[in-house]
Amino acid sequence: MAILLLAEHDGSVLLDQTARALAAALEIGSDVDILVAGKDIGAVAETAAGLAGVRTVLKADADDLDHQLPEAIAALVLQLAEGYDTIAAPATSLGKSAMPRVAALLDVMQISDVIAVLAPDTFKRPIYAGNAIQIVQSSDARRVLTVRTSAFAPVAATGAAAIETVAFAPAEARSRFIEEQRGKSARPELGAARIVVSGGRALGSAENFQTRVVALADVLGAAVGASRAPVDEGYAPNDWQVGQTGKIVAPELYIAVGISGAIQHVAGMKDAKTIVAINSDANAPIFQYADYGLVGDLFELVPQLTAALAQTRS
Amino acid sequence: MKALVPIKRVADFNARIRVRPDGTGVDLANIKMSANPFDEIALEQAVRLREAGGVSEVIAVSIGSAQCRDVLRSALALGADRAILIRSDLTLEALAIAKLLATLVRAEGIGLAILGKQAIDDDAGQTGQMLAALLGWPQATFASSVELQGASAKVTREVDGGLQTIEVNLPAVITADLRLNTPRFVGLPAIMKAKQKPIEERDAESCGVSLGARLCVLRTEEPPTRKAGVMVKTVADLVDKLRLEAGVL
Ligand SMILES: Cc1cc2nc3c(=O)[nH]c(=O)nc-3n(C[C@H](O)[C@H](O)[C@H](O)COP(=O)(O)OP(=O)(O)OC[C@H]3O[C@@H](n4cnc5c(N)ncnc54)[C@H](O)[C@@H]3O)c2cc1C
Ligand SMILES: Nc1ncnc2c1ncn2[C@@H]1O[C@H](COP(=O)(O)O)[C@@H](O)[C@H]1O
Repeated sequence: MAILLLAEHDGSVLLDQTARALAAALEIGSDVDILVAGKDIGAVAETAAGLAGVRTVLKADADDLDHQLPEAIAALVLQLAEGYDTIAAPATSLGKSAMPRVAALLDVMQISDVIAVLAPDTFKRPIYAGNAIQIVQSSDARRVLTVRTSAFAPVAATGAAAIETVAFAPAEARSRFIEEQRGKSARPELGAARIVVSGGRALGSAENFQTRVVALADVLGAAVGASRAPVDEGYAPNDWQVGQTGKIVAPELYIAVGISGAIQHVAGMKDAKTIVAINSDANAPIFQYADYGLVGDLFELVPQLTAALAQTRS
Repeated sequence: MKALVPIKRVADFNARIRVRPDGTGVDLANIKMSANPFDEIALEQAVRLREAGGVSEVIAVSIGSAQCRDVLRSALALGADRAILIRSDLTLEALAIAKLLATLVRAEGIGLAILGKQAIDDDAGQTGQMLAALLGWPQATFASSVELQGASAKVTREVDGGLQTIEVNLPAVITADLRLNTPRFVGLPAIMKAKQKPIEERDAESCGVSLGARLCVLRTEEPPTRKAGVMVKTVADLVDKLRLEAGVL
């Protein structure tokens, strides 16, 4: 019952999603190998080897794996697939792009966004933006799955697994990396943050988003999120979108500012431990999910809240 | 170059979805059905590429029951040149859909397939990538901009950390994200005209691929509900509650 888990990293650092997906993998079985693929990823492999419960870290370090294009990653995983009956990845942009390729070429049906492991072949996964949960059992000889990392707590960094090098035999590349625009910030990463402050359409402009939502996040040391509307309007970057088709978060505290609470948004945040909603419309659906609701104008309330928190924190 | 746009008929994004009390699935009776929103975006993109000259013909395809004709009619009204229904009354999984699409791609000599990044009913997000793998094609998932450049396409993708631009050789599979475009408004004349156009039909069973389900849905459950919260009057109350009651500050 060996399991291959694809590591999530940004080229230099192992990301928290790996430790969370590992927790899911360890519920399936105890022989979990982590595959770290990329270019110059020695340090990432070292960190992965330190995760508790890992059997072996497989390190594939090659020019052709730079930027982790899904065609190359899928080919590498297929090269290793023989030895595993479960192949898993966190449900990140990479996992979601590469794993269905692996599944199709192994002729198995992927199980996307696993939120619970009931048996090695039986899983829970959300459908309809989380309005229903399916319990599915796979009849395929091998299982390919992606893990919704917000549903699993990260394993501790108390391990010391061996690192093995694997060679990658690339095929002719038909896709090329050109460039990347990554939001660089010192703020915690949205998917891993303890507190998330999100803004909606009501903010109305990039400047307001900055002076209200981001300012509040700053006093809390929180990550910043958004509903779809500000992203569409261009006053929040795409990687801040929380929801069915954006990021799924489950922080200890989620503060929704000027967000109505459409099901597509709620799908991404309803597993937060504590939800606060600030909205001028007392009938906004978001209040049905909020532990604490505050009705009023965000342009008055948010600066007050920011000031009050700055005071209690100092 | 011919473009293929697969369109799934799904419960409308505004519909209220309820789990059947006996756990056998969700109740779709009396639910408004529509084209998957991402597929409308995919179709709009294909039509724009045809209007710009890079694509010669846009073929819309839906796989499912006879009722899928309604989303194909809308696709014709939006600007698809042809529409094909691959009939099946089975519940088909992404792998089977991808295999059916691959047969169509080969039969029609398709050079570009644009799919939605995910269907909002099963939230699988697999079909495009599977189709690319089965055809041995490159892929560009979560596209927010597409530019054809002769034998390749330059695609900007919405990824976890921001935006990534890649170039894929054609033929290729692209999956559409929300910000790729805003589908045009379709007026009544276009809708009326689309009613005259034929919809070609084939039988899924006769496509020569295995359609059997690999996953057995043992049960469908309600998601856990949150306990009712409270309304607070002032910011000071909120800070107190967060600190003393919720203990999250
Ligand atoms: C296929 C598809 C996928 C989608 N995926 C996502 C997704 O992943 N994430 C997502 O978020 N959405 C998604 N959406 C969009 C979703 O349906 C909603 O349109 C969106 O979430 C609305 O954003 P909003 O709440 O910011 O805006 P609105 O619904 O316009 O709400 C604005 C809110 O601000 C309040 N308000 C106005 N002024 C003030 C003020 N001064 N002070 C306080 N409150 C004020 C209003 O009362 C209102 O409730 C998707 C939609 C589709 C069709
Ligand atoms: N039954 C279907 N008919 C036509 N297209 C489909 C069908 N199922 C999935 N697709 C396409 O595949 C995309 C992704 O679906 P999924 O992998 O199910 O999330 C959709 O946005 C459609 O473009």
